[in-house]
Amino acid sequence: MSVQAAADKTPAPDKRRGGSERGSGELKEERRRGRMGYWLILPGFLFLLLFFVLPVFSLLATSLYAKPPGADIGQFVPALEFNNYVRMLGSYWPELLRSFGFALIATAAALAIGYPMAYLIAVRLRHHALLRGILLVLIIAPFFTSFILRTQAWKQILADEGPVVSVLRTFALLPDDGRLTATAFAVVCGLTYNFLPFMALPIYANLERLDIRLIEAGNDLYASGFTTFRTVTLPLSMPGVIAGTLLTFIPAAGDYINAALLGNNRDTTMIGQVVDSRFFRVVDYPGASALSFVLMLAILALVFIYVRRFGTKELL
Amino acid sequence: MKNSLGRWLVPVIGGLAFVFLLVPIAYVFVFSFNDAGRTNLTWRGFTWDNWRNPCGAPEVCSALGNSLQIGATATLIAVVLGTAIAIGLVRYRFKFNATANMLIFLPLATPEVVLGASLLAQFLNVGAELGKGTIIIAHTVFCISFVVVTVKARVASLDPKLEEAAADLYASPMQAFWRVTFPLLLPGIVAAGLLSFAISFDDFIITNFNSGNVDTFPKFIYVAATRGIPAQANVIGSAMFIVALLIVIGGQVLAHRRRKMLAAR
Amino acid sequence: MTQAPLQTENASAVGEESGADLVLGAITKRFGDFVAVEDLDLTIPAGKFFALLGPSGCGKTTTLRMVAGLEQPTSGTISIGGKDISRSGAHQRPVNTVFQNYALFPHMSVLDNVSFGLRRRKVRDARAQAEAALELVELSHLAARRPAQLSGGQQQRVALARAIVNHPAVLLLDEPLGALDMKLRRQMQVELKKIQTEVGLTFVHVTHDQEEAMTMADTVAVMNAGKVEQMGAPRELYELPRTVFVANFLGKSNLVAGDIVEDRGDAVVVNANGNRLAVLKERSTVQQGKALIGIRPEKLRMMWPQDAPADAANVLHGTVLDTSFTGVSTDYLVEVPGIGTVGVFSQNHGQQLAQPGDGVVLNWDTEHAFGLDGAEDAQYGAPEVDD
Repeated sequence: MSVQAAADKTPAPDKRRGGSERGSGELKEERRRGRMGYWLILPGFLFLLLFFVLPVFSLLATSLYAKPPGADIGQFVPALEFNNYVRMLGSYWPELLRSFGFALIATAAALAIGYPMAYLIAVRLRHHALLRGILLVLIIAPFFTSFILRTQAWKQILADEGPVVSVLRTFALLPDDGRLTATAFAVVCGLTYNFLPFMALPIYANLERLDIRLIEAGNDLYASGFTTFRTVTLPLSMPGVIAGTLLTFIPAAGDYINAALLGNNRDTTMIGQVVDSRFFRVVDYPGASALSFVLMLAILALVFIYVRRFGTKELL
Repeated sequence: MKNSLGRWLVPVIGGLAFVFLLVPIAYVFVFSFNDAGRTNLTWRGFTWDNWRNPCGAPEVCSALGNSLQIGATATLIAVVLGTAIAIGLVRYRFKFNATANMLIFLPLATPEVVLGASLLAQFLNVGAELGKGTIIIAHTVFCISFVVVTVKARVASLDPKLEEAAADLYASPMQAFWRVTFPLLLPGIVAAGLLSFAISFDDFIITNFNSGNVDTFPKFIYVAATRGIPAQANVIGSAMFIVALLIVIGGQVLAHRRRKMLAAR
Repeated sequence: MTQAPLQTENASAVGEESGADLVLGAITKRFGDFVAVEDLDLTIPAGKFFALLGPSGCGKTTTLRMVAGLEQPTSGTISIGGKDISRSGAHQRPVNTVFQNYALFPHMSVLDNVSFGLRRRKVRDARAQAEAALELVELSHLAARRPAQLSGGQQQRVALARAIVNHPAVLLLDEPLGALDMKLRRQMQVELKKIQTEVGLTFVHVTHDQEEAMTMADTVAVMNAGKVEQMGAPRELYELPRTVFVANFLGKSNLVAGDIVEDRGDAVVVNANGNRLAVLKERSTVQQGKALIGIRPEKLRMMWPQDAPADAANVLHGTVLDTSFTGVSTDYLVEVPGIGTVGVFSQNHGQQLAQPGDGVVLNWDTEHAFGLDGAEDAQYGAPEVDD
């Protein structure tokens, strides 16, 4: 999806220059058939089958379990208890909607920040290999500091007694009792921050392969940098943008660390927090599974609509 | 001139984005020198102690050890399985091509909470004991997909004629792979491995579902957050950041030197 | 630097088979419903420069790939020196290929590229032999470079050195000059031919460029739609094409349709809309019925009407439609009523040039004409108008 989409869409310099003389019939067999191919993909696919597909069915099954009368905590029996879904959706639809809302805003913000970032490295610094490499590493390296540590750092930077709040209060940009942490704003900022690399990297991978001569030709023809960007660069980098938005939106919608660390208990609760607490605190496995399953279906539905609308089949 | 707006706008926004990205890391770094005691929330004065004794909070180091071990193992498995899949999908035709691509895409389109919950449901159903093994399995699932998409791009840009040329020059299929295909895929494989390791190392949600009572570095911090994170965690976080930076930048500088040397010849 | 003289190097296992004929027996290759090569029989004698010439999709590249072992024939056998190699893998065949666009290994130096095949076969003095091969293509000074740092022509030569250093029984060249510009291509044609003579290997050269094939090859096989249309020395093919396709694909031909109306013993006479055209029987594939009389543009003499010969055979009256002067010669298009446009290629020896609209007479010697089956489409194999 991510890097792949980027690679396939952009016009690479034509390697087959002067090599167009192979007949159509002779080109048909670019991809081989044969058993070797199956042996290559078999181990990986078995793994995914065993530890991804099967668990999803397990999740589905668990979501329909019932609690027999008088059972201990955590004891459930296989059943077809569709009421689990009704129960969960009835109680937690606001959290579900909020999660999508937060994720959507965070994705838009990450795009607004991540695109210039990727453009700066991939296009503006095209001929500065070393600097480009260093900035690229700076996008990935934060993973190693641990995102919880970084989110915790944000919490302290934005804390009521922290430097940012006091500066903002001094300049009356924030009312005296105003705060940054424990607000929806802080949660969305945290989401934007944490998933920014997932936005910037696919866009970078795409822009990296963009032929700069196209931009120059655009500037030559339109004479305005912005028009060139809108009519040439942006459409060509769409696969990267789509991959980036998906890789940001999906984890953001399911995230609960930001809401837990930067939010409050009233109006910032996200669906991930509910799933987590249903699993580990309430020990309601069927309920938690039902919610997970709903979240998965909802995201898949959104993703497919999105990809149908904007995407290409290379995304899949 | 209209162009001038875009000319400085991109570097300014891009530059600010990097500042945004790095501010918390700077904070983490600075507070790794805090003479903190139990809670590292406010500045209490400069000290080298935390850096001299990073395992002063012993749980931090054992959690780090677990994270490194899990990240390395999951990355190794994912790179082997994922690279094979990437080559297979690009170079061979299958009847179920669309299904295969979907199976790679789905783990990326599944939120971590769901991935974690479904594996937990599965492990609970079969009665598996949660621990390092289950964490490694869980991480490998999403790492495979990242490896496949990254390496696939590289395979697609590799001219199949090169392998044919190797075969034509008396290389057996195995020799052709190790002497031609593999070295040419290596940059993509390394990038995929680095990404896998980074994501695995930084993962909390999936880990939290499938770890039982094994601590990883992120999990330790999350649990500690409620009662105060020891400054040693900041030391480890900063050190990992610096080490990662040095390793990759070192590689970049070497590659850069070699390019220059070749160009000069 | 020690250098093993390449031409005399004959000790390697593969080299022993140099000088063996390559025989394709009833080769067929299908891709699904598409028949790329159909029931092809071909014998390529040892030590020859052999060209497979044909348009895109004619099956020539597929044939080459089957010989190399990169494609498995659907049916038929391939043998070298009487040894059946149809079932052995590409890496087991005493065959090497110069690939289209070269397929040089980008991560290896030029020297490592060239010695790759030798090292796979564990040849002892691989390095010395590779250096000798680079010497042969005059690239010794670039041995340490990477392929990306070479020009197209240099890459081409590395690809050649990488193949011939193995002394294959057969060297395959897949459109080897396709990616070079015109001038370099001419130069490489001469060089390739020279190297082939020097090393004495069997070269099988696939190309769609008829001039390239004719310049270099001892024998040319013209392929079309999976079959060999005609095979022979370049001159033979040019002077006496046996099918409409060959007549049109190999150079230009004027093909005039008519009926055979008279047998003169050694020749037949065709009536083409009232014009009587003669062709020698031994130069015609048909002796009666409908025929196409072919005559190459440069074999035509163009003269003013008053200079026309009295003899009524092989004379066409027409009007100049178009002229293009190229310096050494002038190309004319002449409209002949009832027959169509005829191309004339007239060498410049100072004569007065005809202008569009001028009435002219065309005449030729009977022994230059050739006769083809009149049932065929006279345009078959001719290049597209805007080509």
